[in-house]
Amino acid sequence: MQVKEYKPLIVAFCCNWCSYAGADLAGNNRANYPAEVKIIRVPCSCRVNPTFILRAFQKGADGVIICGCHPGDCHYTSGNYYTRRRMAMLFSMLDFLGIERERTRVEWISAAEGAKFSATMNEFANTVAALGENKRLEDLRCKK
Amino acid sequence: MQRIGVFVCWCGSNIAGTVDVRAVAEALSREPGVVFSCDYQYMCSKTGQDMIKDAVREHKLTGIVVCSCSPRMHEQTFRKTAAAAGLNPYMVEIANIREQCSWVHKDMIVGTEKAIILGRAAVAKVNLNSPLTPGESPVTKRALVIGGGIAGIQTALDIADAGFKVDIVEKKPTIGGKMAQLDKTFPTLDCAACILTPKMVDAAQHENIRIFSYSEVEEVRGFVGNFDVKIKKKARYVNEDICTGCGACVDKCPMKKVPNEFNLGMDMRRAIYIPFAQAVPKVATIDPSACNMLKNGKCGVCQKVCTAGAIDYTQKDEYIDEKYGAIVVATGYDPISLEKFDEYAYNQSKDVITSLEFERLTNAAGPTAGKLLRPSDGRHPEKIVFVQCVGSRCASCAEKGKEYCSKICCMYTAKHAMLTRDKYPDTEVYVFYIDVRTPGKSFDEFYRRAVEEYGVKYIKGTVGKVVPEGDKLLVQAADLLTNTQMHIDADLVVLAAAIEPDKSARSLATMLTASMDTNDFFTEAHPKLRPVESPTAGVFLSGACQGPKDIPETVSQAGAAASKVIGLLAKDKLIGNPCVASSNELMCNGCSSCERVCPYGAITYENKEFRMPDRTVKVRRVARVNPAVCQGCGCCTVTCPSGAMDLRGFENSQIMAEVDAICK
Repeated sequence: MQVKEYKPLIVAFCCNWCSYAGADLAGNNRANYPAEVKIIRVPCSCRVNPTFILRAFQKGADGVIICGCHPGDCHYTSGNYYTRRRMAMLFSMLDFLGIERERTRVEWISAAEGAKFSATMNEFANTVAALGENKRLEDLRCKK
Repeated sequence: MQRIGVFVCWCGSNIAGTVDVRAVAEALSREPGVVFSCDYQYMCSKTGQDMIKDAVREHKLTGIVVCSCSPRMHEQTFRKTAAAAGLNPYMVEIANIREQCSWVHKDMIVGTEKAIILGRAAVAKVNLNSPLTPGESPVTKRALVIGGGIAGIQTALDIADAGFKVDIVEKKPTIGGKMAQLDKTFPTLDCAACILTPKMVDAAQHENIRIFSYSEVEEVRGFVGNFDVKIKKKARYVNEDICTGCGACVDKCPMKKVPNEFNLGMDMRRAIYIPFAQAVPKVATIDPSACNMLKNGKCGVCQKVCTAGAIDYTQKDEYIDEKYGAIVVATGYDPISLEKFDEYAYNQSKDVITSLEFERLTNAAGPTAGKLLRPSDGRHPEKIVFVQCVGSRCASCAEKGKEYCSKICCMYTAKHAMLTRDKYPDTEVYVFYIDVRTPGKSFDEFYRRAVEEYGVKYIKGTVGKVVPEGDKLLVQAADLLTNTQMHIDADLVVLAAAIEPDKSARSLATMLTASMDTNDFFTEAHPKLRPVESPTAGVFLSGACQGPKDIPETVSQAGAAASKVIGLLAKDKLIGNPCVASSNELMCNGCSSCERVCPYGAITYENKEFRMPDRTVKVRRVARVNPAVCQGCGCCTVTCPSGAMDLRGFENSQIMAEVDAICK
């Protein structure tokens, strides 16, 4: 019998000014990371509404990562500070709901840190893969 | 319902090598709203763009998805293509299947699968796109150049020559920067002062240039075309407008023991000083940390001898508010501190000096009037050892040095060695190097002259230790080519210290919201195609603040930055970013949450009349976004408790659709 290897589904929200460019740099340097990571471009990490993350989990994502500029370097001066606070709240709520803390993450990756981008994604994908499939918030109606 | 066209680019083999582009085009043709789909070798080429234009007309497309390289690369290109075909440019979305797919995945099946999902997300987003029209904002026709070294001076001169007003802000009492401290310049060996000082005078006399010396940028607000900058003019206790620069005060000042920073502390200056003879502006400055009058009210000699009456002990820091359309960063570099490099005995012996100190020692206007004398005993050194890459290319010692190559050291060391042998042919000169890097025009010829004509002894190897012994410096080194240990009893050791960005750069970058790399060099918008622009619109980069550079490179980059500034200032109106926040008045309850988080103050409130179903009129407080001020971060959209605030181009529904498409 053939066992299909489990691949987690990871949604990465990337700030247009830093981590999205960092991901491009990772590409330029051919710094591999798992294809399970799918990037959504946002103008700033503070554009990420907690409902987007809940939606991702509802639709079957196994991990969600939000990448923004380093503290102090936000293109819009203070957006990433809001992200940090909002996500601290959201993640603790998700924890309460039974979504493992390791499935969610906020990382600061600059436009110059292609290597860090790929390292972070590799590491995050491994962590999420080890946790297995995310069932807790999955909407069963979405299942065919 | 949209009519979407999908265009999958091969990018030669860049994408097609790892992604089955046919399969992607085929799979996406079945997505909702897609009426046309194709693939082509180079979508960004003229033929590719023509394909898009033809398809828009033929299939009456209302939206376009291009599966290609990063939107940071070609989003503008394809938006222009769409506009040329009569489509709103904001109906274009890019699926990044090169940088974020084909380049980072090796397996064809995996890559193709991911490319389809990324394309699907872009299609889902375009389905919800609506045409956007950018707003316009005026341009303040004045530029600010931060830093008055050769980079800043050249940028300012070029902008001013094009007819625009420029202000230079320099933190030191004079403009000129590092180049003013140099002796001769490679590879032509013309004297730095002879080519720099005329430019300094040009800048000072130019009708379009104002120089704020001894000043710093305190605060920057606003955005491209409309920056509000606060400049702090530090008190120099001398009225600049009256001072004639005669120097009588300097001669009479009794405080004679202040280390002279222009000569890197190798001689002394007075408490009131003019940094060097050709300083611009040539006015005296009082050092408040050394002046007796300012410290304890006793002295006042300079005021007595000043015939112009320019001395003013009560002068205070002054703040100037000015508007600018563009800002050029030209903050330059500094040699690193050698405190952590104990092995070279820099702190133990006066005769271990940095290359910049050597520059001052050989400079005719320097502390020794150009005679090469040892700082410790004033004797002429007979054996000189130059050590290259001190702190540069230091990947294994990142905690004390820099990983990058400082680029200029190979050439200036060759120059130093050559000049020494030229002036004092009896001197033995050794240069220890890792590699000699001479990639510039006429650079290698210059280096070969140092070796072949001037007999400088180049040794590939590293210096392990410098030990002061008596009046000699014992240099222990390894010659890597012959694999032998060397011991040289040198009289003078010159360290080519790595260079790093000026200390002020980090706080300035925060003020400008311009990004920096891990070494604190400013990041350019694109390393190849936009090398003098910062990713922050309206902020430009000139000189070594962006990376180590020699003078020819700095000057050409300064000119490039100036031409970008001129291009910006020549416009009467700037087309803004249409991806701004907007509030749905019917849903807004006027709670002020969005106003509090907006970093630009773009949100205001107004009382608006609403007609109710029972025909009464009710007045409600609602938020209103000023699209000219909004920069489109979207912070307010998440804060809004009623969901009234949304960001055009990145609407809640669009991002949700992307999430859904990815998680399908």
